[in-house]
Formats: sequence, C-alpha cells, structure tokens
Amino acid sequence: MAYPAALREAYRAELQGIREKGIYKEERYIHSPQAAGIDVEFPAGAGLKRVVNLCANNYLGLSSHPEVVAAAHRGLDERGYGMSSVRFICGTQDIHRELETQLTAFLGTEDTILFPSCMDANGGVFEAVLTDRDVMIADRLVHASIVDGMRLCKAMQDTYKHADMKHLEQKLQEHQDKRARMIITDGVFSMDGDLAPLDQIVELAERYQAMVFVDDSHASGFMGRTGRGTPEHFGVQGKIDIITTTLGKALGGASGGCVSGRQEIVDLCRQKARPYLFSNAVPPPIVYAALKVLEILSTSTERRDKLEANTAFWRKGLKEAGFVIKDGESPIVPIMLFNAKLSQDIARDLYAEGIYVIGFFFPVVAAGQARIRTQLSADHDIPMLAEALEAFKRVGAKYGILGLDKKGIIEKYGL
Amino acid sequence: MKDIILEYVKNEYLDEDEAEEIGLDENTPLISSGIVDSFSMVSLKRFLEKKYGIAIPDDQATPEAFNTVASIVELVKRHQGEKGA
Repeated sequence: MAYPAALREAYRAELQGIREKGIYKEERYIHSPQAAGIDVEFPAGAGLKRVVNLCANNYLGLSSHPEVVAAAHRGLDERGYGMSSVRFICGTQDIHRELETQLTAFLGTEDTILFPSCMDANGGVFEAVLTDRDVMIADRLVHASIVDGMRLCKAMQDTYKHADMKHLEQKLQEHQDKRARMIITDGVFSMDGDLAPLDQIVELAERYQAMVFVDDSHASGFMGRTGRGTPEHFGVQGKIDIITTTLGKALGGASGGCVSGRQEIVDLCRQKARPYLFSNAVPPPIVYAALKVLEILSTSTERRDKLEANTAFWRKGLKEAGFVIKDGESPIVPIMLFNAKLSQDIARDLYAEGIYVIGFFFPVVAAGQARIRTQLSADHDIPMLAEALEAFKRVGAKYGILGLDKKGIIEKYGL
Repeated sequence: MKDIILEYVKNEYLDEDEAEEIGLDENTPLISSGIVDSFSMVSLKRFLEKKYGIAIPDDQATPEAFNTVASIVELVKRHQGEKGA
C-alpha cells in the first residue's frame, strides 16, 4: 500500500476547490420507484418529502410500469440474473439477438448491436469504423460520451457551431480530401431540448458524401409520429448511417444502449468495439423488459401522445406565466435564468414547494446560460403539472423575474 | 497576425452579432469565458499550425496559452522563432 499523505492532501484540496466553485454534486436519496411523484430524503438524514419529479429522463413513464417490471421478473426467472461473460465468449442468449432484431425493426435500420450503455456505444463506435484517413465533424453541443468516443479515435476531429448548417457545409468542403467524413450530432440536445435539423444535415451529407451519426437517446420512443425518434420526425428514416441510443431513458430507464445502422458498421463494432468486447452482456431481466417496452410502443402511441400533450401544456403555461424558455418541441424544457446563483436559489425554493428540479450552470452549460432544466413524462398528468406551474409562478414572482426577458433578468441579477 | 487570428476566432466560434456584443479583441478571454472549449479548440490549433507552418505540441496547447488572441500570437511567434533558429 502506498497512499502518501501528500497525495491525500492533493485530492482533498481538489475536492475543496470543487466545493468552493459551488459545483460539488450531491446525491439525493429516493425511497420510492422512479415515477412522476417520488419520496426524497434530502439533505441526507432529513425526513422523506413527496415531490413532483421534473428532472428524470423517464419520458414515457415506463421505468416502473407494471408490465415492464413483470417482464423483468420473467427474465430473471427464465434466464437468470447475469451472464458472467462478455457477449462473444458465452454471454449471448437468444433474447439478446431478439432484442437487437426488434430494435432494428423499431429504428428502421439494417442491424443493431447492444452495448452495456449508450455511453459505451458512443465510446466504441468511432474507433471501430474510422481511421486516420477520416474526419469526424461534430456539433459543438454533442453529449460528453461522444466527445470521449471521438477522443479515443484516430480520425481527425472537427466541430461546427451548434446546429449551424452554413458552418457545417464549410467544414464538409474543407475535408473533401478525406476517405470518409462523418457528421456527428445528437438528435435532441440534452441541455437545450432543441432538435438537430436532420433533414438539412442529410441533404448536406448527400451533397458532400458524408455519413451521418445521430445519438437519439433523448428522442427514441417518443419523437416522431410513432416514436421512432428524430429521423422519423424529420422524415429521414433509413438515411441515418449510425444511430446510437439508450435503453436508460424512455425505453425502460434501466441501462443498456446500442449502435444501430449500416450492416457493415454494426458488424465491425461486433469485431472491434472495445466496450462491447470487454464488458459484460446486458443482464437478462433488462433484455426482457426492453423487449416488453418495444412491444408496448409498437402496439400504441398512447404514451408518446400523452407526453406530447403534457409538453405542450407545460411549454405554454411557462411562457404565459412570463418565464424565458428555450423554444422547441421536445419534452426537455429549459427555463433560462442566466445567473448561476439564481438558478440554484430557484431550484432550492421549488424543492421546498415540492418540485424536484436541478439548476445547471457553467461548465455544464455555457457561461451566462444558467438554467433550470425541466423534463416531462407521460407519467405526469395535467392536474399535477398545473400545480407545479403554480409553484413555479410563486417562486418566479418572489424573485421578480416573471415577464422579464433575457436582458431584464441579467440587469436584475447579473451574469 | 493578430487580425488574422481574431478573424478566424470570430468566424469559427461566434455568431454574427456576438463578436460585436462581447467586443472581441486580443484580450478577450476565450477559454475561461467558455467561448472556446477543449473540444472545439482542436480546429484553432490546426488552423494555426497550417497557416504559420508550425507544430504546437499538445502539452503546449494549454487553456492558458489559448486563452486570448494575444497569448496565441505569443505562442505562434515563439514557435516561428524556434523554427527559424
């Protein structure tokens, strides 16, 4: 053992630095299943408080759905708890392949490969299919797991201004000398809730001979008329070369992710993607539950329709109340406060009102862009959201920000 | 050199009216203000290397060295000097 005192001190100083910056993350203990209403112990040791959850990725309310839970039980009974193996040694059951087939059908692609998480899918896919003769051109606001995956890949890295098609076109022109170009974007951006303009991206990709990669984690299951994600929303299904997505949000909320797309790309991932090769297979209960989720979503659009109605109610309500929100169509609705401390103060006061939301600020979002991100679920209902809206109005009025625009809030609270 | 780099930063990282709004000049913090982050910095480094025929080692492409156009100019000149010597 060698854990020198000086090193311990250095770690403690680093932690103290994080605290002093006000960005020390603390967990809140939830004593109930994930749902629209949850029992929370916060701070640690405090009594339980029933709150409305407006910060989960439980978009379709399937995380604790009785049919999904029952399917997971069945998976546990019929196929056991875990595989004790990676996929290619002895970790693949027939149900793993069945889930891949069902995801392929759901996403409208050529084939699919499961990963332990979408973070792992994004971590493994670029390195598996791109070389130093290629270039990756990413939207600047893509998820951190994509940034990490790109860093593990030898292909040239480039970025374009968020959703700026003119800038993307410039970059595509600049990189015509490469063997392959890959445009990389989120379908729905997790912090802003806006959508990548996939119709325009596909058009540019065709014009400049580029592949398109979309991480649809915040869209699979509910964006698009039948919930197939942003490609369906923009009418470009079948034209996206690589879709990565997660089973950890709308599609059940446990864990697991996938790469879905061109046959050869999926095949190469099966041979080369390191998180696939060196990490355990997705556990059978999760596979059973995910199959049930896809069955539910394929038989009815009821849940995504309800989510859409909840989102419309929430966006309209906040706007009418006089909050500044990021416009968009997704169930991720950021309430812009610009000032970091204000975002923390309002989140704290909302918690006291029984509303669980989190304030985000630099470096999680751009400097001067602090916000409270709210996320809707099909598990919410209108009376619950109407009550939450009243709480937002009370707190908004307390801080005198209702009706103020960006300039007004910054004048009042600074950046 | 300063003006060329300022122009690049403006086109590469800011929207049309943003540069004016923040009054971009050679002393405007780029990294610490969040205009440029480590992910998007790669294209700036590549631009400098190509434009000025230098190679900036990764351990010198630090947030401090890239924080303002003034410090970038300094870095480029240092490398040009090394190349000439």
